[in-house]
Amino acid sequence: MRLAKLIKKRQLDFLYETLDCELIQNGITSVVLIDLAGNVLTNLSNGEHDFDTYSLASLTAGNFGAVTALLDQIGEPELTLLFNQGQMLNIYFRKISADYILIVVFDKSISLGYVRLKMDTIENLVKETLT
Amino acid sequence: MAFINIRNKEIQLKIVYYGPGQGGKTTNLLYINKNFSEKIKSQMVTIDTYGDRTIFFDFFPLDLGQINGFDVKIQLYTVPGQSRYDTTRKLVLNGVDGIVFVADMLASMRRKNILSLKNLHENLIKYHKNIFNIPLLFQFNKVDLSQKGYPVLTPERLTDDLNRQLKRPWITASALTGENVALTLKKIISMTTANIKISLN
Repeated sequence: MRLAKLIKKRQLDFLYETLDCELIQNGITSVVLIDLAGNVLTNLSNGEHDFDTYSLASLTAGNFGAVTALLDQIGEPELTLLFNQGQMLNIYFRKISADYILIVVFDKSISLGYVRLKMDTIENLVKETLT
Repeated sequence: MAFINIRNKEIQLKIVYYGPGQGGKTTNLLYINKNFSEKIKSQMVTIDTYGDRTIFFDFFPLDLGQINGFDVKIQLYTVPGQSRYDTTRKLVLNGVDGIVFVADMLASMRRKNILSLKNLHENLIKYHKNIFNIPLLFQFNKVDLSQKGYPVLTPERLTDDLNRQLKRPWITASALTGENVALTLKKIISMTTANIKISLN
């Protein structure tokens, strides 16, 4: 039984650089990479908002688990993404491999299409880094 | 499982308060949240309660300080105790590092305590965890009720019912008055961090 998950510094450095370069520098408000237990792996922000990252992570993990269980009830095997369009900020959740979820918070200046487009590249990079 | 962030020098541990419905799991967390506010930077998150019953989970992170140069962040969760919420209970157990089993000392709760422990055992198996290996502490809660004349289960009876094979530490407590709530937390943190240290060595 594995008791702890340890990710190397160079892996985390690469994730921080990638998420910063691909998302934060392109106008995304906040990006948090978590695992399904609600642990925070990376946390990046453009500095405009101060979110409670750990609560965000625990709620996301719980929410993803709940919707997955809900989908299971109707015979759908997998949940890959969730999205909420807010008045000021939008939040997009993308499952990456079996163990991780990327939380992306963005404002009205960014389109959902742009985020989804970026996700395809990022998903592969994160997967390669963490496996 | 614990997450060790080498880059930020941070260790995240997940401790779950488990047990039968209305046994005092949320009351434990409320007491900690109220009395250790200097260690807690977040508001306690309580999701979708119906009346005073938890139907998803309660949560807040607790900063423990540093161990070997790493900031230790404890994530405290409760589960919904009622039998019908097994799906959400299972979700909260994902990645658990330590468990406080809050048993209800009320005599009428004897069967529910036993069923809840059995349920914990079954749910841990689904995450490939063994109840005999994971840090587990029993808290026999509502010790104050005996002073008020209510029929309660003795620690010996509870130990015989729940802990005969597991042989884990136990503490009597009253989440309502705060008696031994901090001690319970201190003990489970100590057990959990010791276990993680073993796995790292």
